[in-house]
Amino acid sequence: MNTANGTSSGVSLVVRGLRKSFDGQEVLKGLDLDVKPGEIFVIMGPSGSGKSVLLKHLIGLEPADAGEILVNGESITSPEIAAKYRMALVFQSGALLSSLTVGENVGLYLSEHRLKTPEEIRAIVAEKLAAVGLADAIDKTPAELSGGMKKRVAIARALVIEPQLILYDEPTSELDPLSSVVIGEEILSLNQRTGVTSLLVSHDRDLAFGVADRIAIIFEGVILTIGTPDEIRNFKDPKVQKFLHADFKRDRP
Amino acid sequence: MFDNIGQIILLFWRTLAALPHAWRQRQKVFEQFFEIGNASLLMVCVLSFFIGATIALVTGPVMVERSLSSAVGGVVGYAIAKELAPIMMAILIAGRIGSAMAAEIGSMRVYQEVDALRTMNINPIHYLVLPRVLAIAIALPMLVTVSILVGWFGGAVVANCNNLMGIPFKVFFADLRDVVELQDVLHGLIKSFFFSLIIGVVSCHQGLTTIGGPRGIGRSVTKAVVNSIVLVVFTDYILTLLLTRILHK
Repeated sequence: MNTANGTSSGVSLVVRGLRKSFDGQEVLKGLDLDVKPGEIFVIMGPSGSGKSVLLKHLIGLEPADAGEILVNGESITSPEIAAKYRMALVFQSGALLSSLTVGENVGLYLSEHRLKTPEEIRAIVAEKLAAVGLADAIDKTPAELSGGMKKRVAIARALVIEPQLILYDEPTSELDPLSSVVIGEEILSLNQRTGVTSLLVSHDRDLAFGVADRIAIIFEGVILTIGTPDEIRNFKDPKVQKFLHADFKRDRP
Repeated sequence: MFDNIGQIILLFWRTLAALPHAWRQRQKVFEQFFEIGNASLLMVCVLSFFIGATIALVTGPVMVERSLSSAVGGVVGYAIAKELAPIMMAILIAGRIGSAMAAEIGSMRVYQEVDALRTMNINPIHYLVLPRVLAIAIALPMLVTVSILVGWFGGAVVANCNNLMGIPFKVFFADLRDVVELQDVLHGLIKSFFFSLIIGVVSCHQGLTTIGGPRGIGRSVTKAVVNSIVLVVFTDYILTLLLTRILHK
């Protein structure tokens, strides 16, 4: 990744027949996906449906049992892929290094790969933190931040890489509705500014229908359907409808 | 433990292969080295003083009874330099530093910080393992040197002050100088260097293979300490055999 070319336009992502089992239990059962360059693609599904496992495969953290993942037509397992394309994952928990300050976390990619001078790194870090509205947090430690702030710092850390593909794992989980809107706006604004391909996994219906160009519904390791937000709303499958319209049923006097 | 021995050797090999990156990680090596020294030096001094004192207390009266009072310094000095200081400091460091390493890296693994490093194309072996192993490999032989000197002093104090012995400092250290040679001290230091590699690599390996939540971290810490001590004691026997042949021909 450290020698990646300077273009910031999004890349395509293709998944074919992806399978993964843990201890004999099949979590991904032959997934197929096509994400277009510059698209915001949301994968929705209930907890335990294989969303986060899929994401780990897409960034190369987990090896697949079968199938292939192609970034701009090149396999994710290719040794050159990291050097050719810049990819970033925004973890559900933020996954900020607790031993570093916010500024050090955001600048870690640049400092570890010696891509810029310390002064340049500090300027870039300040710019990226300002972009997510956290310019004042540069010298704080992750322990001093709220859940929403941690996620925004994680987005700033991803921005530093100038990614061509950015993956978000449950970007609005554990957040209040206002913070969720802020995160959603960040995702949209980043996509519009840089043309990055964005792939989100989430079970937040408001976020998915608010930001997605297309949505895939995943159930028990298989993709049930893929379509635009309107197509998904009108998809007649009872499981999808139940997931999309799940609500409390309370008898009121 | 033996299931993981292959993985531990592999991690050791990868850490060796990462050595060319050591200079880039010098700041982290220094931080870890400072942490080890800061956390252990006082404990090393206290422990070593009483190890020397106890050895003198156990062996001294028996030797004095047999008119061997002039040999007490040699026995205490020899035992501490060749065996007790390296092995006791290795056990202390495994408990104090190895456990901390396993807990810190284990927590980073559980909370996906290690995965975050990987997604940024930062090799966790370069970033986490190499600085810790290097720091402990520098620190442990230095702590053992301190331990040997303090241990000798502790032995001399007890040999002098104990009513059953009353051996003057001059006599104690004159005998120590006669018996203990530079090779004996070197023997202890070489062993401690190998022990440090075992503690560093085993603890980092346990941290990197941690699964589960806080309970998993606790399990890793326990395994790091126990496995380090078992391997250190086993290696101690092998190294003692080898070094005796090499250094004491």
